[in-house]
Amino acid sequence: MWKTVARHLLSRAAEARAADPAVVKTLREKVVASKLGRSLAIRHVSAGSCNACELELRATQNLVYDLTQYGLSFTPSPRHADILLVTGVSGKNMREALLQARAGMPEPALVVAVGDCAVDGGVFKGSPAICGGADSVLPVDLMIPGCPPSPERIVQGLLALVEANVVPARVVKPRREPR
Amino acid sequence: MILLSHEDWKAKEGRFIALWTDARHAYALYEPGELVAVELVDNAYPALHHAGAGWFQRLAQDLNGHKALGAADIRPAIDHKRDTDGGGLWPEFKSPEVEGVHQVAVGPIHAGIIEPGHFRFSVVGEQVLKLEARLGYTHKGTLGMIRGKSPRLAARFAARVSGDATVAHGIAYARAAEVALRLEVPGRAIYLRAVMAELERLANHTSDIGAIAGDAGFAFLDARFALARERICAAAAAAFGHRLMMDVVVPGGVAGDIATGGAVAVFEALDALEAELPSLKRIFEDYASLQDRVVGTGIVPPNLAAAYAAGGYAGRASGQTHDSRLLPGYPPYETFPLYVPVEREGDVAARIRIRLAEIPESIRLIRDMLHSLPDTPIAIAPPTGSGEGLGVAESFRGPVWYWLRIEGGSIADVFIADPSTLHWPLLEHAAATAILADFPLINKSINGSYSGVDL
Repeated sequence: MWKTVARHLLSRAAEARAADPAVVKTLREKVVASKLGRSLAIRHVSAGSCNACELELRATQNLVYDLTQYGLSFTPSPRHADILLVTGVSGKNMREALLQARAGMPEPALVVAVGDCAVDGGVFKGSPAICGGADSVLPVDLMIPGCPPSPERIVQGLLALVEANVVPARVVKPRREPR
Repeated sequence: MILLSHEDWKAKEGRFIALWTDARHAYALYEPGELVAVELVDNAYPALHHAGAGWFQRLAQDLNGHKALGAADIRPAIDHKRDTDGGGLWPEFKSPEVEGVHQVAVGPIHAGIIEPGHFRFSVVGEQVLKLEARLGYTHKGTLGMIRGKSPRLAARFAARVSGDATVAHGIAYARAAEVALRLEVPGRAIYLRAVMAELERLANHTSDIGAIAGDAGFAFLDARFALARERICAAAAAAFGHRLMMDVVVPGGVAGDIATGGAVAVFEALDALEAELPSLKRIFEDYASLQDRVVGTGIVPPNLAAAYAAGGYAGRASGQTHDSRLLPGYPPYETFPLYVPVEREGDVAARIRIRLAEIPESIRLIRDMLHSLPDTPIAIAPPTGSGEGLGVAESFRGPVWYWLRIEGGSIADVFIADPSTLHWPLLEHAAATAILADFPLINKSINGSYSGVDL
């Protein structure tokens, strides 16, 4: 059994995950008034994705990326959410639902667009069935591009939001030291 | 393609797969790839009696304005009649007129991290009497975006019809384009495509089995299966440069060869999964609390699965033996023996058992294929040509069909049939055999694609 335990401990991803300081700086200027603290609840809304971004979002919760260790967790209700995380193009059929989800969130709230489609429509840019990226419906605070972005990239992007919300002297430290 | 009279069109028997229209004809596709057509008269065609035809006929109405004469179901599919500002009337959902029935509305935004869709349950207490699924929320105009593009460019859209089955969609699309352009694909590309398709099957089977267990409150299996999926995705990234292997399949072959060390990475991921699978399987089978949630839950009887010609694990758990890798069959599967598991119970447990049984098959296929990779080029450039083609590939959900008409090097018309289209009505039936609390398990066990049917 110890052999198995040791093997599993060693199989963790090697590199440390940290947010891009430049992104943190920009975000801090943007969200300085929000005062959300370090533990953020995320409400995910797919506004017209292909399910690839959802797969990778779910992967951020697996044993390798363990998003929860940074104080980030997904919540089923917008009422409990600090972050509205949008994936996919903003389809015309989802526009109202997306706006209602945002309206249901307590202020202050941040909006994150994950994936190329949510950033600017991606390959579907110009399709008459869509409004465009998430920012065609809502003001967006942070964009995480990629088709789909890897879980690693999503974690780093969201980590930037956490770091932007703490006073600069304190740097967020993962619960476990990454190997 | 065979052009039929209106009478023959209506009387046609067979396992119906898909229906679509273009400017002059309505087309119907039957297993194992028989394409028939009928001429449109005043933008209309006779409705088909097949159980699975409903969604396709509604889609043709919304996309092209073509009416199915005599169709029982004329609800809009993807056209939600939204105003430009997003407003508009919401549809009415009919409830069974029984005393004590109330409705539960779920979605389009769901509690978990999944795609959007609306479910309207009519329930008495906990018992679901009826489920009506309203889809179309992820409509992106994909078919319209593909028209007018070159076959090479349009591959990017095929890869994003359903992101979880991006390889299978890519293969079905590429095969349709290759038939249309009479293109002979090099052997190495055929093998690499199949390796990626089987990796995709493994990634989805592992993550879905885990997620179903997770929904039954069994976090351990969820965590371990999620790790298995993670290993497969990491190996896919090492071998093919993308975790989901998106945009690797292109008409004429594959966009890149397997990376140096890629095969080793894949073998390691397979070894890890193979080593852990028996113990995970035993846990799934041995825990009474878990079995209690999945056995006898969400039953799709074999006659219903046959009526909808359901493919994939949803069909194979209900007595359907079809697998498009065998029938109609496509390379390289004729070279490798393939065991297709079939059960008849049709409940959530049977669908999980089918997927558990498919995992070792895919592992074996990938190993065999990587050990016998032909030494040929990986692609040939598609010529500028014209033609019509059908293509199929077995995704983890079942057969994906593409129909393409290419004129002078650009795509004039296209239709995409994801197996989910025939699975959604089965979900509606299966949900009405259970209680509301079991719906997440049933939904996940069938795992219909939203994006794949909203097109």
